[in-house]
Amino acid sequence: MTSQAQPVGGPLLTRPFKFLLALVGAMGLVVAWRAAAGLGATTALSDGYPWGLWIAFDVVTGTALACGGYAVALLVYILNKGRYHPLVRPALLTSALGYSMAGFSVLIDVGRPWLAWKLPIQVWNWNLNSILLEVALCIMAYTIVLWIELSPAFLEAGRQSARPRLRGFAERATPVMERLLLWIVALGMLLPTMHQSSLGTMMLLSGPRLHPFWNTPWLPLLFLVSCLAMGYAAVIFESTLSSHFFRRPRETRMLAALSGVMVWVLAAFGGFRLGELALRGELARLARLDRYALFFLAEIALVALPLLMLASRARRNDPRSLFQAALLLMLGGGLYRFDTYLVAFNPGDHWSYFPAVPELLFTLGIVAFEIVAYIFVVKKFPILRGQPPAPARAAAAA
Amino acid sequence: MALDRRSLLRGLVTAGTAAASGQAVVSEAAVRVAPAPDTVGMLYDSTLCIGCKACVEACREANGLEADTAYFPGELYQAPVALSARAKNVIKLYREGEKTAFMKAQCMHCVDPACTSACMLGALKKREKGIVSYDASLCIGCRYCQMACPFGVPTFEWSKAAPKIVKCELCRHRLVEGRLPACVEVCPRQAVIYGTRALLLAEAKRRLAAHPDRYVPKVYGEHDGGGTQVLYLAAVPFEKLGLPELGTEPVPSTARTVQHGIYKGFVAPVALYAALGAVLFRNRRRAGPEAEEEEPS
Repeated sequence: MTSQAQPVGGPLLTRPFKFLLALVGAMGLVVAWRAAAGLGATTALSDGYPWGLWIAFDVVTGTALACGGYAVALLVYILNKGRYHPLVRPALLTSALGYSMAGFSVLIDVGRPWLAWKLPIQVWNWNLNSILLEVALCIMAYTIVLWIELSPAFLEAGRQSARPRLRGFAERATPVMERLLLWIVALGMLLPTMHQSSLGTMMLLSGPRLHPFWNTPWLPLLFLVSCLAMGYAAVIFESTLSSHFFRRPRETRMLAALSGVMVWVLAAFGGFRLGELALRGELARLARLDRYALFFLAEIALVALPLLMLASRARRNDPRSLFQAALLLMLGGGLYRFDTYLVAFNPGDHWSYFPAVPELLFTLGIVAFEIVAYIFVVKKFPILRGQPPAPARAAAAA
Repeated sequence: MALDRRSLLRGLVTAGTAAASGQAVVSEAAVRVAPAPDTVGMLYDSTLCIGCKACVEACREANGLEADTAYFPGELYQAPVALSARAKNVIKLYREGEKTAFMKAQCMHCVDPACTSACMLGALKKREKGIVSYDASLCIGCRYCQMACPFGVPTFEWSKAAPKIVKCELCRHRLVEGRLPACVEVCPRQAVIYGTRALLLAEAKRRLAAHPDRYVPKVYGEHDGGGTQVLYLAAVPFEKLGLPELGTEPVPSTARTVQHGIYKGFVAPVALYAALGAVLFRNRRRAGPEAEEEEPS
């Protein structure tokens, strides 16, 4: 039993690939510097802003962008659209890479990472009130689950390996995996539901210092919906780029159907945010047009714009508009999360934060690594759907 | 892929149930933690303080902290302007026209603290006598305590490769030797005194009743943020001294109510997992093994 997916093949060390590797190298230097000199020397963090770019972007926004696996799995498995659906594997790969790198970022961001092993082990010390503990354990578990969900792709490659030992292992492991996968996949939907909503709950603890636009007990629901929306957008983004760069067949029909659903999700999200704010009587603050109002309005615009674009069926079926809408949506959802963790947080007027150069380099390196690893895996393993039949290829080339 | 909106919405509702069900209980009153009778704290009377900062130096010495000379670079004069990894206790001056008032900042030792609620392994925890104390062996350095504390008290050793969280622990190492907290011991005016929270609160109220003209008619910390063990009396409004208006609910109560609402007895996640598993199982059976082959290209 094999999927329709095939390794892309081709040379690995292209020029853009080497450039990305250089960025990853720069990240390595930042990591070494941070390990030697501490967080004060390498970041702009302070006692007022103890969390900065690495948490707000790499972890809180990054894992939401890595929710493609979650969003597509919900559709494909719960709504039963076939196990080897061509969108699933690339989405899972992006998710697995995104979550792994978010976990790596946390290890670099925390001050005492050499004690992190205690989190999953020292059950007797668990503080069950700590939302961060739940998020941390959940993200650790989900990262493992994602790689297991993706393992059929690696086993498929293993079965075709020239090395008999590897082939034997892959052949023996495949049926076991087939049986287990259902429960793993269910876990792969439960865990993000838990920790993506809890990432919202977390900031409720900072409530007194959080701007009212963002401080609402509905944070968990808003975070859950935003990660689903961003997950779908990320799938459209990744799928469009893959079909462009690796000359795969476009998935426009599927993506258009997907975005038809998105319209409703977006309308619900935007409507709920404005309505809830109105109910709390905080809408009038928008008239001040201060920093907070501008960021809030930008978020709403970045949800409304893709909503309007996707509402038209014609535009949904146009790959270019679809891609643009997805890009806007990734920005909008990302901004919402980024704002909740950084912009909305006010520790007092005498504190300020703007990421330092090493912080920016690190984040850039994380993104570069994800792209490098994605290219490597799709070239070597069956992730993307195979080449289209000859006539379709001719049409694509024309 | 033909997508049925109705079935998608149903799926989303299932997934969102856990989050949504938590909202129903937000309105429930949070269980208030009453401070134990042996709970200790301090009472700082801003009207008695003369701003000599003897307590700042005594605190530094008692806790073995480096001198914070950043304000006077190159001189042997420690003058911390804010709480930091080198100052667990600072005196600040509030000035408005002729009117001045002093303010002492250190850990408030909340009755129901946000930092201990945040802390993953209980590195920050209320231990003996209700003191919020720190155990570095349980600290990963995540700094969620700093994000959570509405007073901005926990600080971090930013300049170290093996950093710790630094905050006032009410000189618990001195208390076990039968000595007073260093700031209390050294204060020449008894502007800050030490005792059980109950006694300090009674003393604060006695002063308010005896000199109503001298004070803002409130003991800060009696109910603020669910109550603190360090209490304040002052002649100027407390916000001006940098003490935030928090209401009477404990700071962590909203987050806790939402979180425990969603995860009560871990029922919702288990139910959701069972539901997801059941749907997947049904789908697989219904689709049969040949489902994989009939993918449209």
